[in-house]
Amino acid sequence: MFPREIFVLRDHLGSVLTERTISDSRHSVSISDLGTQSCLCGRDAELAGRSVLLATSGQFLAGLAMIEIDGVARRMLLCPPDLKADHLASVMAAAGIDAVVTDQPDRFADIGDVLVLPVGLPQLAENRAQTLRATEWLMLTSGTSGVPKIVGHTLEGLCGAIIGDSPAPGAMPVWATFYDIRRYGGLQIFLRAIVGGGAMVLSDAGEALADHVARLQTRGVTHMSGTPSHWRRLLMSGAAAHFTPRYVRLSGEIADQAVLDGLKQAFPVASIGHAYASTEAGVGFAVNDGREGFPAGLIGQGRDGVDMKVVDGSLRIRSRRAAHAYVGHNAAALTDADGFVDTGDMLEQRGDRYYFVGRRGGIINVGGLKVHPEEIEAVINGHPDVRMSRARSRRSPITGGIVVADVVLVDGREAAGVDAVRGEILAACRARLASHKVPAMISFVPALDVTPAGKLARTDA
Amino acid sequence: MPVRSRIIATIKQIADEQKVTLPPLTDDLTLHETGFDSLAFAILVARLEDDLGTDPFTLAEDAAFPETVGDFIRAYENVPA
Repeated sequence: MFPREIFVLRDHLGSVLTERTISDSRHSVSISDLGTQSCLCGRDAELAGRSVLLATSGQFLAGLAMIEIDGVARRMLLCPPDLKADHLASVMAAAGIDAVVTDQPDRFADIGDVLVLPVGLPQLAENRAQTLRATEWLMLTSGTSGVPKIVGHTLEGLCGAIIGDSPAPGAMPVWATFYDIRRYGGLQIFLRAIVGGGAMVLSDAGEALADHVARLQTRGVTHMSGTPSHWRRLLMSGAAAHFTPRYVRLSGEIADQAVLDGLKQAFPVASIGHAYASTEAGVGFAVNDGREGFPAGLIGQGRDGVDMKVVDGSLRIRSRRAAHAYVGHNAAALTDADGFVDTGDMLEQRGDRYYFVGRRGGIINVGGLKVHPEEIEAVINGHPDVRMSRARSRRSPITGGIVVADVVLVDGREAAGVDAVRGEILAACRARLASHKVPAMISFVPALDVTPAGKLARTDA
Repeated sequence: MPVRSRIIATIKQIADEQKVTLPPLTDDLTLHETGFDSLAFAILVARLEDDLGTDPFTLAEDAAFPETVGDFIRAYENVPA
């Protein structure tokens, strides 16, 4: 029997006629050469049918190994750089890992009956493993507390939003992302580069932002993605002036009007789009009209094979791009009986548009009234002197909690005196928010923490 | 500025922000009569904690919330420094 054609990355490496590369700050490889090279010393066939943990120190080797392992291993778990050491063993057990691909073999010296394969820069290899199967792709959720959940995808599902979608078309897209490609948001961009016939410029943990942006420009990056927090940090740095992308994409957090307008101003010729996606639900949709929120008409049945509905205020998605399951013993159900994933992202309809107002778990309780920090931040971020902000709960003996805000100002604004800015921010909040949502206190801070997944760190969420 | 006048100044500032018209603040005015709601009191207690470095209503587990403006001010004056 002739097998059904299997969708694998190795079939998308193209010919030598295109100058497609994968690069980071130290290395660059030709994508078309990867068909005849191996970063596993030609030992890829040993991974046939195995459950592989891909645990590399950087993204470059991770990306090369993904291409080589896909289609060979039974499953491949992408280990993000910030996985806590004490979660590693439980994650490996839950995923039934029996092989590790790593450039840090010492880390796995004591784990017993598991094949450890070293990964390094690619070399010509005589015998490459044949395509055997559709490998299951496992990713970890980016929750900040507790053991991360393991989410199972197929490559076909992961690429569901990519095939046939070419934003800002033109010469070959050169993709880059502030994300790590071992997270859902970053992997989407890596797969766009490989499957969509482009090139990929990886970010490097520890590289200074100005150096990173200079490298993006040198490499001719045309398409770039990140969270609104990533983009705000770029806008704050002043480095954006030396970067001219064709397409700017935001995902992973709520894209408010202020950051969309800020990016439009910084990149006047770029298309700017914000996408909704989650590790569990996959890519829901992209919005390209430059406005926050999304058209109410997107809710309903069967747009691009994605069904969306709003139940109890939260967005529910049923889609072939969604993960198929949480993986592990006693893993919770990923979907309800009808196949919908509850995203936990809360929506509010105003007129003909829906707006994200926050996470269900991030609600601040002010005397029994519920407040989403994100809706307050959206108002504060609308002030022209504000670069980013975080609203949070402060404990109160009277109401349980009150809202306070930490605000980062545009460079140099602080010197001009903060009292006037504070007054203007509070006036804007009073004009647009119910009184319990107006921050009781505003502190001006030099910076706000961003998590390894690129999201504003919320200690009280 | 003594504690009493700092508290009075903060009450007036919050009344201004919350669009509350205060009656004259005498010691025997009940807190209810100030026109402050629980949110305004929550903001008052938080600002005073930042200003004076203490929150007498969280410190003591059994602290009953005061009934009058005078009781409220004394709760701050009686906190050991």
